[in-house]
Amino acid sequence: MRGKNKIFYHNFLPYLLLLPTGIYMGVFIGYPILETIRLAFTHPYTGEISLYNFQRLSRDFHFWNALKYTFLLAGIVIPIQVTLALGVSLLLLRRFKGSNMVLYIFLIPLTISDVAAALIWYNILTGNGYLNRILINLGLLKSPLHFFGYQYRSMEILAIVITEVWRATAIVFVIIFAGLQMIGKEYLEAADVFGASTYQKFRYIILPMIKPSLQTALIIRTLFAMQIFGVVWILAGRDIPILAGETYYWQIELKNPNVAAAYSLIIACISIFLGFLYIKLLKPEYLER
Amino acid sequence: MVSVRLENLVKRFGKVTAVDHISLAIKNGEFVVLLGPSGCGKTTTLRLISGLELPDEGRIYFDDSDVTYLPPKERNISMVFQSYAVWPHMTVYDNIAFPMRIKKVPEDEIKRKVKWAAELLRIGELLDRYPHQLSGGQKQRVAVARAIVVEPAVLLMDEPLSNLDALLRMLMRSEIKKLQRRLKVTTIYVTHDQVEAMVMADRVAVMNKGRIMQIGTTEEIYNKPANLFVAGFIGSPRMNFFEASVSDTILDTGYFKMKLPEEMKQVLEGYETVIVGIRPEDIHPVERGIPPGVKPIELEGRVDFIEPLGSDTIIHLKIGEILLLVKVPGSYIVEMGRKLKVALDFNKLHIFDKKTEKAIL
Repeated sequence: MRGKNKIFYHNFLPYLLLLPTGIYMGVFIGYPILETIRLAFTHPYTGEISLYNFQRLSRDFHFWNALKYTFLLAGIVIPIQVTLALGVSLLLLRRFKGSNMVLYIFLIPLTISDVAAALIWYNILTGNGYLNRILINLGLLKSPLHFFGYQYRSMEILAIVITEVWRATAIVFVIIFAGLQMIGKEYLEAADVFGASTYQKFRYIILPMIKPSLQTALIIRTLFAMQIFGVVWILAGRDIPILAGETYYWQIELKNPNVAAAYSLIIACISIFLGFLYIKLLKPEYLER
Repeated sequence: MVSVRLENLVKRFGKVTAVDHISLAIKNGEFVVLLGPSGCGKTTTLRLISGLELPDEGRIYFDDSDVTYLPPKERNISMVFQSYAVWPHMTVYDNIAFPMRIKKVPEDEIKRKVKWAAELLRIGELLDRYPHQLSGGQKQRVAVARAIVVEPAVLLMDEPLSNLDALLRMLMRSEIKKLQRRLKVTTIYVTHDQVEAMVMADRVAVMNKGRIMQIGTTEEIYNKPANLFVAGFIGSPRMNFFEASVSDTILDTGYFKMKLPEEMKQVLEGYETVIVGIRPEDIHPVERGIPPGVKPIELEGRVDFIEPLGSDTIIHLKIGEILLLVKVPGSYIVEMGRKLKVALDFNKLHIFDKKTEKAIL
């Protein structure tokens, strides 16, 4: 009896222990993915398997605009975030009085949800908002700056960029700062001793050594940028169409889950492709495989 | 190649004085080792010379030029770090070439010099590898190659062998010494390993609590320690110490008395209590016969413990409450618990002032 028990434990216990996680992943991740794929390839009216949903959205100029704006926003926001995060990380690496304070303040936006962040910036930038009132009261402006409304779409993009940079640079910063702190002090001192200038030290020692962190930060930020929704929806509505916004629009407003599923699938495919690209292009060739 | 002169260097970290008024003159081409226990300020001293750390007081001269506040890259130094600091994202070739590339040396000259350094350190076949593909000893060679390839005026080494296994350490210490002789580069080397220091150095500076306790050749430091610290720090097993009161030429420990020659009367005049030191190898069992040249002071004690080390045996000899370690050849057999007569060699006796801990004899 004891022997049998032992065999049972040896063979089945690992699976038993994995079961809760398996169920969780199956119900909350596996099923939705399969359901999305099924919906995306199902004709909304006939119920047959078809490419109708993809044909439907490809004929919609909103789709092409959404694609354009999603990439445009990512293309503007991410470089700013990475540059800023890298700059602040390098600054905080040389510890000075109050450097911890700067660190904490810089991390505050990390705790605020995207919708809340958008509302904060809406209140600052709107026609009767803090920014305009301060500038007008100081006599620097005669009439308010307009950030919102269909005719001010470029200003809307500016507002979105400001909000996104304010809100999500911290996560890039955390990853890069951690990477920078991992660089052994002696690597940098060796560069000093062997004559490298500050720029050369950054270019030839620091930058290559934080490549893995940069890669992680870029992947995370890019994936989130492909899903950008709350901030844009609150600040610009459908003036600036974006992929996740269109998904929402088709699902909630037009009550067409099939086209919405097609949108979701497209976002997923783009994300997977970009993630793959980063891993290929930014591979730190010196690391152990 | 230059001479290096430190004048009254002081470095404080908060309330701790890491380097406390150090003065030291190092000759052109000399190999000087800073030796001391951890926290004695040896590494800080090296970092002051490198420019990675700036002193609070004092001056540093390379030949006659004052380099005290120059940044490291303007000092024409190079350094081998304890962790090697071989950059992980560069191949061995690029690591060695980096200092020259920074200085905009033409690429064909770089190639020639990397080849020269790699051959000197026998890492020629590793040039295309990345550091993670190297063993500790190989990384260490790369670090040395990178340091010598720029032909520095001063070569600084911070415990470069401490991360290697014992066998490799022995091999590398003689190699580095030979290399230094060949290149004739002024070298300052930091270690806590006294054997390493004594084998490699032209002169050893023994440090403790931020000060230099003594500087001299291996022979001087070993045979004529200037104070109690150096006497106790150098030598393994450690020198035997015991306290004794002085009356005329007789030293009384309370357990035994030692009669010193008449000429010692003047030397000991004015001292009440002294600390006597004698190395384990300068005590000889009388029954083995006393070697020629030894001026014997005979004592009798009881064998308390025996440590056989193969080639040598360490006998723990108890005389009252005083424990003397006696080093004898491994071939000499002695039983535990028996009485043993030994002779201390007066010529090798050290006497220190109890108050100042400085050597009297």
